[in-house]
Amino acid sequence: MNAATATPHWRALLRPGDVLTLGAALALCVFSAFAFWRGAHADGVEIRARGQLVAHLPLNAPRTLAVDGALGKTVVEIAPGQARIAADPGPRQYCVRQGWLRQAGAVAICAPSEVSIRLTGSRADHDSLAY
Amino acid sequence: MTVLRIEAAPEDLRIARLSAAAIALSLAEAAIPLPLPGVKPGLANIIVLVVLVRWGWRDAAWVSLLRVFAGSLLLGQFLAPGFFLSLTGALASLVTLAAAVHLPARFFGPVTLSILAAFAHLGGQLVLVRLWLVPHEGVLYLIPVLTLAATVTGLVNGLAAAWLLQRQPYPAAPGEHSPAP
Repeated sequence: MNAATATPHWRALLRPGDVLTLGAALALCVFSAFAFWRGAHADGVEIRARGQLVAHLPLNAPRTLAVDGALGKTVVEIAPGQARIAADPGPRQYCVRQGWLRQAGAVAICAPSEVSIRLTGSRADHDSLAY
Repeated sequence: MTVLRIEAAPEDLRIARLSAAAIALSLAEAAIPLPLPGVKPGLANIIVLVVLVRWGWRDAAWVSLLRVFAGSLLLGQFLAPGFFLSLTGALASLVTLAAAVHLPARFFGPVTLSILAAFAHLGGQLVLVRLWLVPHEGVLYLIPVLTLAATVTGLVNGLAAAWLLQRQPYPAAPGEHSPAP
């Protein structure tokens, strides 16, 4: 063994193709993060009032719907891929201020009116993972 | 009285010695606390890569599989889920390496082999986990972390193997033949 090979030459350990492979591996990491960490796509909305399922509507066309809640009319607005509570007679307006819901499993609840909307998706969603 | 004499061929001794090194690395690695289930440095694969480049796929397969069996016996994991994960990963990487050794060596060194093997290892294990251990979509959420871990460990192990191969380009032990060109 001579002196030239006794110390590591980090550049010599990587060949041109290795850099390519490394780049492809990193690209796969980024791609998988986008593919698996994006929230589940929503395709429908379930509207409940006073414990009853009022409607289960698809999210493919815009639509506005008034639901009879405990305090009066609650307005649900549907746009392609999203839904929101547009108006509610409740005192604090939490469900209205939640804005547009876009991910499957997202929920907006107007407690005083006893009205809620929940987005549904093709993929089951979960709150947490445990081992 | 019958005397039973077992003669080990030089190749057997070499494989035994290299497997012992791989097993020792597996045991050392088992003592390291790991941040996430499934994320492991895979240090024994450095030995498998060196064997692959220097002596070919057949010897690498011997070392890799002996490492899986002996390592799991020593750790008390034999036939436990961890053993099957280890075996599936090792088999998937060996299949990938069998194809990857045909890449032109001028451009693709041990680092490429190591990264490809790490991804094959991960892929094989994910399939087993999804089908058998955790039949739930939740496993998919770990994939980005696991692919990043595979990239990092693949790179580091590949650099280590390349360094070992560069430091000691030819086998020095007596009774062994030089690698095929």
